[in-house]
Amino acid sequence: MIAELGQIALILALAMAVLLATVPLVGAWRGDERLMRLAPSLVAGHFVFALAAWLALVAAFLNHDFSVINVALNSNLLLPWYYRISASWGSHEGSLLLWILMLAGWMLAVVVFSRSLPKPFLTRVLSVMGMVSIGFLLFTLLTSNPFDRVLPGPPDGQDLNPLLQDPGMIFHPPLLYMGYVGFAVAFGFAIAGLLGGRVERDWVRWSRPWTLSAWAFLTAGITLGSWWAYYELGWGGWWFWDPVENASFIPWLIGTALIHSQAVTEKRGAFAAWTILLSIAAFSMSLLGTFLVRSGVLTSVHAFAHDPDRGLFILAFMGIVTGGALLLYALRAPRIATGEGFDWLSRESLLLLNNVFFAVSAAMVLLGTLYPLIVDFMGWGQISVGPPYFGAMFILLMTPIVLLMPLGPYTRWRQDKPQRVLHPLIKAAIFAIVGGIVISLLLGAWNMRAVTGWIGGLWLAAGALGWLWGQKQSIRGRLPRHQIGMALAHAGAGVFVIGVAMVESTTLERDVRVAPGETVTVAGLNFHLEEVASVKGPNWIADEARFSVQRDDREITRMHPQKRRYHRGGQVMTQVALRPGPLRDLYVAMGEPLGDDGAWSIRIHIKPFIRWIWAGALLMTLGGLLSATDRRYWRTQRAQAGRPERSPIGQEALA
Amino acid sequence: MIRMLIPLGVFVGLVALLIVGLQTAEQRKIVASPLIGKPVPDIRLPGLHDPDMVRGVAELRGQPFILNVWGSWCWACRVEHPFIERLGREAGVPLVGFNWKDERADALAWLNRYGDAWSFHLVDFEGRAAIDLGVYGAPETFLVDHQGVVRHKHVGPIDAPVFDDLMRRVLALRMEAES
Repeated sequence: MIAELGQIALILALAMAVLLATVPLVGAWRGDERLMRLAPSLVAGHFVFALAAWLALVAAFLNHDFSVINVALNSNLLLPWYYRISASWGSHEGSLLLWILMLAGWMLAVVVFSRSLPKPFLTRVLSVMGMVSIGFLLFTLLTSNPFDRVLPGPPDGQDLNPLLQDPGMIFHPPLLYMGYVGFAVAFGFAIAGLLGGRVERDWVRWSRPWTLSAWAFLTAGITLGSWWAYYELGWGGWWFWDPVENASFIPWLIGTALIHSQAVTEKRGAFAAWTILLSIAAFSMSLLGTFLVRSGVLTSVHAFAHDPDRGLFILAFMGIVTGGALLLYALRAPRIATGEGFDWLSRESLLLLNNVFFAVSAAMVLLGTLYPLIVDFMGWGQISVGPPYFGAMFILLMTPIVLLMPLGPYTRWRQDKPQRVLHPLIKAAIFAIVGGIVISLLLGAWNMRAVTGWIGGLWLAAGALGWLWGQKQSIRGRLPRHQIGMALAHAGAGVFVIGVAMVESTTLERDVRVAPGETVTVAGLNFHLEEVASVKGPNWIADEARFSVQRDDREITRMHPQKRRYHRGGQVMTQVALRPGPLRDLYVAMGEPLGDDGAWSIRIHIKPFIRWIWAGALLMTLGGLLSATDRRYWRTQRAQAGRPERSPIGQEALA
Repeated sequence: MIRMLIPLGVFVGLVALLIVGLQTAEQRKIVASPLIGKPVPDIRLPGLHDPDMVRGVAELRGQPFILNVWGSWCWACRVEHPFIERLGREAGVPLVGFNWKDERADALAWLNRYGDAWSFHLVDFEGRAAIDLGVYGAPETFLVDHQGVVRHKHVGPIDAPVFDDLMRRVLALRMEAES
């Protein structure tokens, strides 16, 4: 019964979306206040029904309603309640429902926080987002209905993939989708701007906090996915250049370019067309990611159930959304003014370089991801593009970004002098070079990659924080949040660079045979295997190796890696034992049983500074969120409410 | 105006590529690899039960055989497993398991649970030999004739119609080998 209510709610949400995409849009076109005023109510209704549908699915999971096929395939009686909730978005169908709920949530947020936008503009934004929602609702209802029934239902379900039975997996998809879907807001703003026929600096300012928060959520989601892969997959890596990871990384790269180009457009009016194009691209790449994951076009470890019909549907949808947007862009963009000019050294030129490098990176990742397809298409045989391609390319493209990033904030708009920009950075540069060399020596990580990583990372962090300190000295009162946010995010990039350089250059890995009672020594630490015991969990049994880790005969920690076998499905899973630390992670995983004396093959890793990778990404996330909450973006919006639209840089400026 | 159409042009190209990709995703199951009609690569890999014993497909020269790519992580391999068991019983030719990107313990546990219908297994933990074979994903099934030439490849799980088709092809290969 509850599932049927969910189904009905979903259909009603579709009805709301259809009305939203048409009626208020006509109102905005004709200037009819009454029709435009419908939009907020329709958005609210759309959200309520999407929420009801989602809650119905969660209820079906919590109640063990196995007559719902999706529940029967992804849950069972032994699954704890919190994984039953997360199982509701573990499958293809359920994750689409979450997508829809989040889109509805973002729309509601736009209504609540941006209600002071000019009516016709806000209406267009909401209508465009309603169109996007129609596509996803139709996709769900027609090809991937989570509420399909089988009667009579089986007495017990299959299992949720054990890989997904993990706290990291509860939060990874929602955060990632928050980011993906959040770019729909920037997309809505861009299309609304094109539809309105003029590009306003104002609306770029209004769309900035939305883009920043979407970007921050995407950063957090990718970080969580990387962290999860690290401890759960048992491979000891943190990034695999898998097509599905790339699918989330491409929108991130474009989003990074977008938040920077928006700054230029808002402040100087330049890059207006480019900002619109990036807004379209960021959301389109989110759609492309959805397509790649669910169509079976590329093979990946993250496979959802593959179905070519679904692939065709998303592709058609993407064709309409992106194709339509780009056509509109081609028609309207020529009328967008180019904004004010700038000198070779100026904040504009540095941000232009930022955009070039990030856009090229995104294109390279896209090319690498689709390359197997291109090669196959051309009949050149079959090739898989691996980490070497991506790794080499990224070092090449990121080096200039690292070098130039600290210069950005110091540089003035329009034009500046090299001495003025470089002077305050000399200290940071000296600090980075000396510090990098000294730290690498102290850590015993004396190799090219570690040293350059430290120098680069310290350069970024010192450059960003030094700039913030300078700001603090030069202005009275509190620093604006967007400045703190930016410095935090840039420093976070530095922390990230250090983490990557250390992990990639000085990780220790040993695969050894250990019997109970034996001791292995790695990097001065003694790993003593006391016993291999049998343990039971709610829905699995496991062999558990009990290690005592000692330094100089003193126990510093105990580690208990497991090899789990799940009751349903019988999947065997490696549960890694991790001792995280700020300077190094200890990582012990069980391989396979060897021989009769109870020996196992054991994998021991010592990973220096790996936490810094995620800590850096977390700082970027915080920086993004902090910037998004800056009063500047919101206050201006309120202050200008009710005033006529002003400072156009579109038609009038050209005419 | 023309310049502004460039993004649209690029996007159309992308969509065209993806449409082709979708269609070939279908076709990959029927038509197959560039290896068909060519000799099977000389794969030599360690065994599953005994890692020290390296075996190769070359030792099967003179008789047709089936090579089946599987992994304990591969959900679809479990789906096709009943047909693998039937192939092992009814095909009358060696059925080689190609254990791909797996962990030894996981693979052994999987075989314990579902039954080992294969004649023997070759282990490709790192997936290098799989590149030579042009493996798209597990499960995949190759038919190789008595001269060591790849004659057929099926991508994806074996179901009843595929099983019948494979049996017919194996029979033809056996008759070819005997004549």
